[in-house]
Amino acid sequence: MTPTHLLFDRIDEPGLNTLQGYEKRGGYSALRKAFAIPQAAIVEEISASGLRGRGGAGFKMGQKASFLPKGEMAKYLVCNADESEPGTFKDRELMQKCPHMLIEGMIITTFATGINHAFIYIRGEYELQADILEAAIAEAEAAGFIGENILGSGHSLKLVLHRGAGAYICGEETGLLDSLEGKRGNPRLKPPFPAIEGLYAGPTLVNNVETLATVPTIINMGGAEYAKIGTEGSTGTKLVSVSGDVQRPGNYEIVLGTSSREIIFDLCGGPKPGRTVKMWFPGGSSSPVLLEEDLDVAYDFDTLAKAGSMLGSGAIIVVDDTHSALEVAQKLTKFYAHESCGKCVPCREGTNWTHKMLARIESGEATPMDLDILASVQTQIIGNCLCVLGDAMAMPVGSIVAKFRDELEAEIEAASERANTVPVAPVQDAIPVGAH
Amino acid sequence: MSYFDKRPPVKRYEHGSRVPGWDEAVDLTKPPATVPDPALTPVPAELREKIEAAMALYPDSKSASIPALHLAQQHHGWCSPEAIEQVACVMQLTPAYLTSVASFYDMFALTPKPKHDVYVCTNISCSLLGADEFYEQMCASAHGHEDIGVRGFECLGACDIGPMASVNGEYVGPLNLFDAQLIVEDLEAGRPVLEHKQLRNRAVADPQGRVADWTGIDPVGQEG
Ligand SMILES: Cc1cc2nc3c(=O)[nH]c(=O)nc-3n(C[C@H](O)[C@H](O)[C@H](O)COP(=O)(O)O)c2cc1C
Ligand code: FES
Repeated sequence: MTPTHLLFDRIDEPGLNTLQGYEKRGGYSALRKAFAIPQAAIVEEISASGLRGRGGAGFKMGQKASFLPKGEMAKYLVCNADESEPGTFKDRELMQKCPHMLIEGMIITTFATGINHAFIYIRGEYELQADILEAAIAEAEAAGFIGENILGSGHSLKLVLHRGAGAYICGEETGLLDSLEGKRGNPRLKPPFPAIEGLYAGPTLVNNVETLATVPTIINMGGAEYAKIGTEGSTGTKLVSVSGDVQRPGNYEIVLGTSSREIIFDLCGGPKPGRTVKMWFPGGSSSPVLLEEDLDVAYDFDTLAKAGSMLGSGAIIVVDDTHSALEVAQKLTKFYAHESCGKCVPCREGTNWTHKMLARIESGEATPMDLDILASVQTQIIGNCLCVLGDAMAMPVGSIVAKFRDELEAEIEAASERANTVPVAPVQDAIPVGAH
Repeated sequence: MSYFDKRPPVKRYEHGSRVPGWDEAVDLTKPPATVPDPALTPVPAELREKIEAAMALYPDSKSASIPALHLAQQHHGWCSPEAIEQVACVMQLTPAYLTSVASFYDMFALTPKPKHDVYVCTNISCSLLGADEFYEQMCASAHGHEDIGVRGFECLGACDIGPMASVNGEYVGPLNLFDAQLIVEDLEAGRPVLEHKQLRNRAVADPQGRVADWTGIDPVGQEG
């Protein structure tokens, strides 16, 4: 039988967050195994596994690693533990309960790619998880897994935990790199991609926590064996964070290709009795929404893309029929308007104006024509910025306007009737200066 | 009456624009702020030591600006001009550079802030479950407690325990309206906050991830 739980199997075991607990389970055996095979063969194993990035874009990890220039030079590995995509909280559980799995994955990855400097960029709010990781790194150093000439392999590694300070954009890989260099977290123009010119202008591999934590498993079971799990284009298992209107929210490990209905209903209990799924975000708040009729789509990268959405970070947010589409859209736009770094005009202005336009619907000043303008603003953001933060608002908001147009029109009508009978409140700035 | 007549006038700022902009112009007659002179800028020894240790971790010491600002904020309570000046002195950067960095990130306070931070998540998953009501209740309960700062925050990465809050970095949830008062009481008494709702003690939701001898809190919706 193919295994269904590679990362989360009995993760609650007390003491698993310590080196001793992890080693008792065979931890760091993959590292020893990796040191015995040629570096290029490790990258090949990862490529053969078909592992796709778990942070959002779903890019193949083996391919990205192979883009790094070969030879002696200052190269860097950066683990993206910023985890700020609304709805996402899987890396948190993994880092808190099994930090050594991530550390082992990072050591193997640096060995395979000839990297001697690695960083974990963790969001500043994750204080508990950062403390646990820091302790785990110290344990690994004391045990000789990190440092000079690790286990006699000739490989050396310095691993630094870096705490952020609260900015969604620092999850975007180039914004993260700027932030790690001690600057404001503004994204960079790509190309050059980080694999060619990243941190301190050196070649840099950026991967998500879950991606890197999967590496030891791949080394242990072999890439080809790992690729048998899941579907052809989406191999392996995936941690999904389910939240919102479900009865049993939380993190679950699923085999890619599982039906979404099974995740939302069988695992998470679905919405409360008597309520129905109105819409759901399959991959974090940045993914276009799907409806109840889409619940049977298989949860994997390709099927979700075909259904018009994306797997993203693996965060399912369920919205039931007690909430209005306007309310959901407003929450989204407030977030993206606040988090836009301000570097590119379409995103900075587009997110703010979209938020104000939605506020106008609520206050009764909008006309149905505003919905067309709203939709056109979204299309003008997409593809026109240095990074996809703006797109990350435009896609879900665009999909809500398209799929709930009737409801929004009715809301416009009702609100303007209300406004005609009740005096209109003065227009407030949607985002007051300096407010959060 | 046409639609346009019904629209209220657009609110404008004093300077005539519809966007806030800056109210006060920069005084260009003043000399530009430079890197502080170590001889003239006293820095507490402990803070200096910690900042220097952080700088040593990176190939380029400038990378330590965020860790250094965290340290200075812990030391001074907020990123005061004095705190920024001290970091600038140790890191040999200009205060303006560090201010620009600090102002980018939500966790740095460039104005004095209360001792206790209560970040209430008001993002999508939590708000579907009543976070906005909790935020209002939290503000009301903390009213009059000068040392408690309540702030609406974007997704804190714990939507599984929504509605939730981070109280001085400790994640607690799911919260109901009564918890607001309890948080205030725990903070004022100097106790750990809502111990029975702390995320650190919660089991994973996935049944395969769980163990029989678990002593902490069961996942939301799976209690019992
Ligand atoms: C606005 C924005 C926010 C992002 N936030 C995160 C994040 O919090 N964590 C993450 O791993 N990737 C995030 N990403 C994706 C990263 O840019 C990058 O694709 C990823 O870290 C690569 O790792 P992977 O290939 O292992 O998925 C974000 C992307 C964007 C555009
Ligand atoms: S939405 Fe509140 S923690 Fe994610």
